Amino acid sequence: MKKENFLWNAVKTGLLGGAIALFICLIGMVEIFSKRDVIEKVLTLGQFVLLATAAGMGFVAARRTSSLLGDIKPLPLLAAGLTAGLLTGLLIALLVVIGNQVNLRAVFINASPALYDLLTFKKGVGFAWNLPAFGAVAGMLGAAFLLLPKFLRRPLSRALIALVFMALFSGLFRVVMINQGGAWIASAKYLFGQTGLTLPGTLIFFVGVVALTLVWDFKGGQAQSRIARLPKQSQLILRVLVYALIAYVAIGLPQVSGPFIAQVIVTVALFILMGLGLNITLGFAGLLDLGFVAFYAIGAYTVGLLTSYGQFGVQHIPFWVAVPIAVLVAMAFGAFLGLPVLGIRGDYLAIATLGFGEIVRLLAGSDFLAPFFGGPMGVIGIQKPCLGLLGPFLKVDVPRVCNGIELGKPQDIYYVAVVSAILIAFIAWRLRESRLGRAWMAIREDEDVAEALGINLVQTKLLAYILGAAFAGLGGAIFATLIGSIFASSMQLIVSINVVSLIIVGGMGSIPGVIVGAIALIGLPELLREVSEFRYLLYGLTLIIMMLAKPEGLWPSKTTLRELHHAKIEVDAKA
Amino acid sequence: MAPILTATKVIKRFGGLTAVNAVDFEIPDKAIASIIGPNGAGKTTFFNCITGFNKADEGEIVFEGTPIQRLRTDQITKLGISRTYQNIRLFADMTALENILVGEHVFLRASWMSAVLGLPNVRKEEKMALVEAQRLLNFVGMQGKGDMLARNLPYGEQRRLEIARALATKPKLLLLDEPSAGMNPRETGDLTAFIRRLRDELGITILLIEHHMRVVMGISENITVLDYGEKIAEGSPSEIQSNPRVIEAYLGRGAATDGMQNAHERFPQKAG
Repeated sequence: MKKENFLWNAVKTGLLGGAIALFICLIGMVEIFSKRDVIEKVLTLGQFVLLATAAGMGFVAARRTSSLLGDIKPLPLLAAGLTAGLLTGLLIALLVVIGNQVNLRAVFINASPALYDLLTFKKGVGFAWNLPAFGAVAGMLGAAFLLLPKFLRRPLSRALIALVFMALFSGLFRVVMINQGGAWIASAKYLFGQTGLTLPGTLIFFVGVVALTLVWDFKGGQAQSRIARLPKQSQLILRVLVYALIAYVAIGLPQVSGPFIAQVIVTVALFILMGLGLNITLGFAGLLDLGFVAFYAIGAYTVGLLTSYGQFGVQHIPFWVAVPIAVLVAMAFGAFLGLPVLGIRGDYLAIATLGFGEIVRLLAGSDFLAPFFGGPMGVIGIQKPCLGLLGPFLKVDVPRVCNGIELGKPQDIYYVAVVSAILIAFIAWRLRESRLGRAWMAIREDEDVAEALGINLVQTKLLAYILGAAFAGLGGAIFATLIGSIFASSMQLIVSINVVSLIIVGGMGSIPGVIVGAIALIGLPELLREVSEFRYLLYGLTLIIMMLAKPEGLWPSKTTLRELHHAKIEVDAKA
Repeated sequence: MAPILTATKVIKRFGGLTAVNAVDFEIPDKAIASIIGPNGAGKTTFFNCITGFNKADEGEIVFEGTPIQRLRTDQITKLGISRTYQNIRLFADMTALENILVGEHVFLRASWMSAVLGLPNVRKEEKMALVEAQRLLNFVGMQGKGDMLARNLPYGEQRRLEIARALATKPKLLLLDEPSAGMNPRETGDLTAFIRRLRDELGITILLIEHHMRVVMGISENITVLDYGEKIAEGSPSEIQSNPRVIEAYLGRGAATDGMQNAHERFPQKAG
C-alpha cells in the first residue's frame, strides 16, 4: 500500500464528516438541540452532536486505516483521526467565515447569526479558526478509542451513552427528585441543571458508570453463579423481592413524576395495546394490516358515544361497562373487515386494509354522519372512569357526579392503561403458546401447507383479525377517556404506520419487542419534545439503521433466541 | 383388498393445458403404490387434486366412501390424507417440535379462551401433544433435535421431519412426493426400509411419486405411469418394466428394446 492511500482515506472520511456536520447545522438541528445542554453552561447538545461527529469520523478513519494496514499502530491511526477531525472542523469554520461575509440565509434559512454564535461559543468570528483544532482533538480522541484495550472501551462507551441519556432527561430527574422534598432538593440541584447536567453531575455519572461497568465485567459472572447456586427457596424469595420492587416503582411513579410523564407512559401503554393487537395479525399470522387505527378509532368512538355527557352521548353508562362493549364492537368490526379481505394475500391485503382505515376515519369525520359522530367537531365530554357509583344523568353538558374516586387525571388513567397493557401482554403470550398461536405461525410461514395440515384458514385468520381488533379497541377506549374527547382527525394513517414500525423495530412476533419498540419509537420522542421538529427525520434514520444493522429487531422473538441458545449448548457440549 | 381411494376420470386443466386427462386410479388399503412418468407428466398435479390443492375440473375422487373432490384441503386432511412436498416445505422459522405440533392441530380441542385462562384440560392436552410430538421425532430418528429451527436442519433431516409432521395428522393415506430426491444410495436404502415400516407397523397406505427407479421397483406393489397427463400403463413392477409404451415414453421411440432398470441413470432425476 502506498502512503497516499492512507492520507486520501482520512481526507475522504474528514470531508464526509464535514458534510454531515454542515447538514446538521443547516437544517437547524444544532440550533434546536442547543436549547438543551449536555453539561450546563459548558457544552450544548448541538455542539455535542458536532463534536461527536468529528470524534466519530476520527474513529472511522482510524478503523479504516487499521484495516488497510492490517495492524493497529498508534501513530498512523492517530494521524488519520486527526486529519479527519481537522477537516470536519475546517468545514464548519468555513461555514462560519463565509456565512459572515455572504448572506446564506437566502437559501439556507437556518444559517443565522445565532447559529454562528453557537458554533464559535459566542466569541466572535475570529474564534472560528480554533474549530479545526477542536475537531482535530475530537478526531484524535475518536482514534484513540480504537487503541484502548477492550475492557476499557466498553465502560467508556457505556458511560458516554449514559451521560447523554442523563443529560437529555435531566429536567425530568430534577423534577422528580425535587418533588420528593428534603435532602433530595439539594442533591437534585447539585447534579442536574435546568437544561442539562451540572459539571459535578457529569463527573459523578461518568465515573460512576465506568466503575459500575468495570465491577460488573469482572465480578458479575461470580455474582450470577452465586445466585444460581442458592437453594430454590431463596431464589424464589429473591425473585419475589425483585418483582415487588418493580411493582412498588410502577405504582409510585405517577405520584412523584407529575401529569406529563404519566401521560407519556399512558400513551406508550396505548401504543403497546395497539402493538400487541397488530402483533397478532402481523407478527403471528403474517397478515399486514395498514389500517389498524380503524379499530382504535372504533373502540374510542364506542366509549365516547356510550359515556359522553355531551350532545352526542347516546347512552350515559359508566366507563367500566362501556369498555367491554367497545372491545366487542371492535371485534365485530374485525370480523367485518376480515371476511371480505381474507382471500387477499400479501401486498394487496395491505392496500385493502389501508383503505379500510381511511374509510373509518373519513366517515367518522364526515358531515354526512355528523349528527351521530359530531363530524369534525368530534365527540366531547367523555365521562371519566369512576371507582364507585355514578350519580344520575341530569342534562347535556353536565357530567355525572362520581360518588367515589374519580380517575380524572392522567396519573389515575396511568393505572388503567398499565394494568390493561400487562393483562393484554399476558393474554397475547398465552395465545402464542396455544394451538391457535402455532396455527397462526404456520399460516405466516406457509399458508398452503398449514391448510394441508388441517388448519381451517378462514377461521384461524378471522380469529387473528378479531383478537387483534379487540386489543386495539381496548386501547382506543382508554384513549377516549384519557383525552375526554375524540376527533376523527387524530385517527390518521400515521398512527397505523407507527404501530407497524414499532413492531418491526421491536422484533416481529415478539411480545417484549412490542414493549421495547413502543418505548423507543413513541415514548422517547414524546419525552424529547424540543426535538419534535426532527422527529420524523430521526425516526426514519432509526428505521433505516435498524433494518441495516439489526433486522431481527431490538428484542427478537423466542425462537431466534432459542436457536442461539441451542447453538451455544452445542458448542459447550463439544468443548 | 378394497380400495381406500378411487379416482374416476379426473381432469385438471390449466388454461389450454390439460395437466391431468381422464385418469382412473385406485389404490388398495395398506398398499404401497407409485406414480411415475417423465417430467411434466402431471404427477404432482394429480397429487394436488387428491389433497385439494387444486380442484379437479371433472371426475370424482372417493376416499373411504366419501367424495372429496369438492372439499377444502383441511377437510381432506381431517379425513385422513396427508402429504409431503417435492421441494421441502417445512415451517422454516419454527422449531422441529413446533412443526410436528402444528401437524397435531386437528386432534387438539382447546379453544382460545380456555388457552388464555390456562385451564387444566388445556395443559393436559398440550402436555400429551408434546409427548406425541417427541415420540414422532424419535420415530423418524431425530432424538434431541426438537428445539432446532427447521431451517437449520440438514437436508436429510428436513425430509424426515416433513414425514414426521405428515404422520402427526394420523393419516390413513400418505402421499410422498419424491421422498428420495437429493439422497445418496445409502440414504435411499434407509428410506425404502422406513417406508415399509410405515406401512407394516402403522398400517398406513402409501402413494409415492418417485423418479428413482430402484426405489420404485423395489418397494411398489403397484405402479401407475402417467405421460402428458394420461395414464399409459398400470401394473406390477415387472409388468411395467417390460411394457413397451412405458419404455417409449421414457426413452423415446426406438429405444423400447432397452430395459427400464437403467433408466434413472440415463435421465436427470429432477422432476418437473
